[in-house]
Amino acid sequence: MTDKKNGNAFTNNPLVRAIGLQKIVVLLVLVVMLVFFTSVSSTFRQYSTVLSIFDATYYLAFLAMGVTFCLITGGVDLSIGTGMFCYALAGGYMITHKDMPVIVGILVTLACGLIMGTINGLIVSRGGHAPFLATLCTMMIVRGLGAIITGGASITWPSSSSPNGWTRLLFKIPIGDTRYPLGIVWVLLVAVLLSLFLNKTRPGRYIIAIGSNKEATRLSGINVANYQMLAYIISGLCTGLGALAYCSAYQSMAPSGGGGIELNAIGGAIIGGTSMSGGSGTVAGTIIGVCFMSVLQIGLPMIGLQANYQQIIIGIVLIVAVYIDVLKNKKLA
Amino acid sequence: MGDVILTMKGIDKSFPGVHALDHVDLEVRKGEVHALMGENGAGKSTLMKVLTGIYHKDSGTITYEGKEVEFSNPREAQDAGIVIVHQELNMMGHLTVAQNIFIGREYMKGKLIDDKRMNEEARKLFDQLGIDIDPTETMSRLTVGKQQMCEIAKAISHEAKVIIFDEPSAALTEAEIEELFKIIRDLRAKQMGIVYISHRMDEIKVITDRVTVMRDGGYVGTLITKDCTKDDIINMMVGRVIYEDPKTESAVSPDAPVVLKVEHLNAGRMVKDVSFELRKGEILGFSGLMGAGRTETARALFGADPKQSGDIYVNGKKVDIKSPQDAVKCGIGYLSEDRKRFGIVVDKTVAENSTMASLEYYMKGLFINKKKENEAAQKYVDLLKTKTPGVDQLVVNLSGGNQQKVVIAKWLIRNCDILIFDEPTRGIDVGAKSEIYQLMSELAAEGKSIIMISSEMTEILRMSDRIVVMCEGRKTGELSIEEATQERIMHAATLRE
Repeated sequence: MTDKKNGNAFTNNPLVRAIGLQKIVVLLVLVVMLVFFTSVSSTFRQYSTVLSIFDATYYLAFLAMGVTFCLITGGVDLSIGTGMFCYALAGGYMITHKDMPVIVGILVTLACGLIMGTINGLIVSRGGHAPFLATLCTMMIVRGLGAIITGGASITWPSSSSPNGWTRLLFKIPIGDTRYPLGIVWVLLVAVLLSLFLNKTRPGRYIIAIGSNKEATRLSGINVANYQMLAYIISGLCTGLGALAYCSAYQSMAPSGGGGIELNAIGGAIIGGTSMSGGSGTVAGTIIGVCFMSVLQIGLPMIGLQANYQQIIIGIVLIVAVYIDVLKNKKLA
Repeated sequence: MGDVILTMKGIDKSFPGVHALDHVDLEVRKGEVHALMGENGAGKSTLMKVLTGIYHKDSGTITYEGKEVEFSNPREAQDAGIVIVHQELNMMGHLTVAQNIFIGREYMKGKLIDDKRMNEEARKLFDQLGIDIDPTETMSRLTVGKQQMCEIAKAISHEAKVIIFDEPSAALTEAEIEELFKIIRDLRAKQMGIVYISHRMDEIKVITDRVTVMRDGGYVGTLITKDCTKDDIINMMVGRVIYEDPKTESAVSPDAPVVLKVEHLNAGRMVKDVSFELRKGEILGFSGLMGAGRTETARALFGADPKQSGDIYVNGKKVDIKSPQDAVKCGIGYLSEDRKRFGIVVDKTVAENSTMASLEYYMKGLFINKKKENEAAQKYVDLLKTKTPGVDQLVVNLSGGNQQKVVIAKWLIRNCDILIFDEPTRGIDVGAKSEIYQLMSELAAEGKSIIMISSEMTEILRMSDRIVVMCEGRKTGELSIEEATQERIMHAATLRE
């Protein structure tokens, strides 16, 4: 009775097993959605829409990739949404109000992410707080901090036409008359690096093991607290990257904003097959899940479904995604 | 023995790819204790799940009290009077004993729950069983043994006519087992039909009237217990003879070097001033009743739990073990009694589990060298004869014995010289058990030193070169294998202060 595989020819296909059924399903639905939106809405077919989908994807992708690591350890990071705003505000403030070079602004943004990630990691791994609670608290803290740093003012990173606006060009480069979504390169680069890190290195392996069975991992002589902390540091750093992507894509950032974005990122990771209960998840899946979210976000208004409907549809999609996760866990039990 | 109360005939059940039950028969009479035996995976649990409506049979008939029945869920079976007392207790720790017993069918006073009445009814049940448990006590404060008594009380409160005990003694102390047997005998006297599933041969001889043996999903036969020997039953189960003879003399010379010395170890409430030595190539048995502090001693030694005081010397050198990490660095490996929780990562592969403690050996720069990792895992799969389709198989798909071998491989790959086996054969079937024994003997012969914690007397007497006995957190005896007898060990194990 060792063989519990009771799938059909399709689910047992080696290629399908390697990529993962959930990712294939999500990818197929994504394609169907794209075809649907393209055929129904003429605005969706425009190149500018494509660009705005990419804009909405970059920051969410960074956030979601980071939080994927926390989710895999069996935790979560709720501070990434307001954190992203806070770090971008802090970095932007250096440029616009302190006349620092743009590179300083970038470094401050990333450093803020790194520091907050470390703090989250310390509270969870050394303080023993439940990740949900710990990061709920830091979510509030960074929301307040962002507003205090800028003195309550909105911040706009330099526009693409100004000489300091090169951060925007990093994500959308103009060649001739057209602008190309260069950000894809950065997102994919980070995705490949993180994926290698997760699957091929010791810390990555241990992060997965912790999420599967923390106590067994500890009793194997592994410093569980360190690797758990590492997941939050990665999440913080990725949030810093997300902050750069966000402020490069959008105009002004209001202080104490960003709330709710963390849920979109977590949602993307879950749609991509990351388990809420820890132990499994992939960076590639998260990217697919995030594309799913951003296409919905941009596409739904174009067929006349406004924000409230989006929320409902995304909610339903998440229920389905989590249900798939529950089914997978059942098979293991 | 009275009339037949339950007959299962020609029960057949297939899952995709597995013929789980192949025309199995079982007959239970009123007032008998009927043992259901077989190796893990023989189909005992599946058969009981078919009986109680968790699974639905493909063919065959179930006759209960003269009528053919087919329950569609456990609730229906329960209402008809067929109840299972599970090996893993299904109790809500935060509720009281009475609240647990009557969960789902609370006594009501109008719209409100009548706790007073439930406590009274629970007390009546306990009086009937002759056991002393306070119905208002919080469940989690009871010992495992007492919790099991509550399960039994719950079963009886359903006006059960057939009670199935699924490995009830696995977590009980000898004294608790005695109490359990007393209750089972009472139930038998009240003309209940009892199905008793256990791996422990001694218990089968003591408590049961008949034995039905299953093997590989098939029915092997039914025997009258008092007319057959242990070997008869084992032969039916495995189709081969296994001898469980005790060791007669130590395999370790008295001047073998001491590899581990523990002095005045204190940790929590369960480890009080424990000192002992472990020699090279020795199997040191740790005997005692459940709750004697043996696992706690091992965990403190391994750095899994904090210790208050005490010195540990490895190969004569004093070491400071604060975490499992430190212990592993000292060459100590720990195989937990609770494999699923502490030993393995079930949803990961054999290879990943095998190299868990020694991944640094299998790196190529920053990256894990998957090929080398797989080779190492494969080497130990071959060496330990682990039955798995491949090293990329998920551990969850292996049987208990093979999972245990994966944990052993983990520590051997790490090249640990001191191995702590905590209940190494718990929940493992007879065949795999003797393989684990042989493996331990071989490891000791190769110069590995082993601490073996075991609650099974036969295991202690069969494997140990020397025996430490604990009781209530203290070391109460140390016996060489030559002088050790069951009586002497039991005497030390009950030496309360």
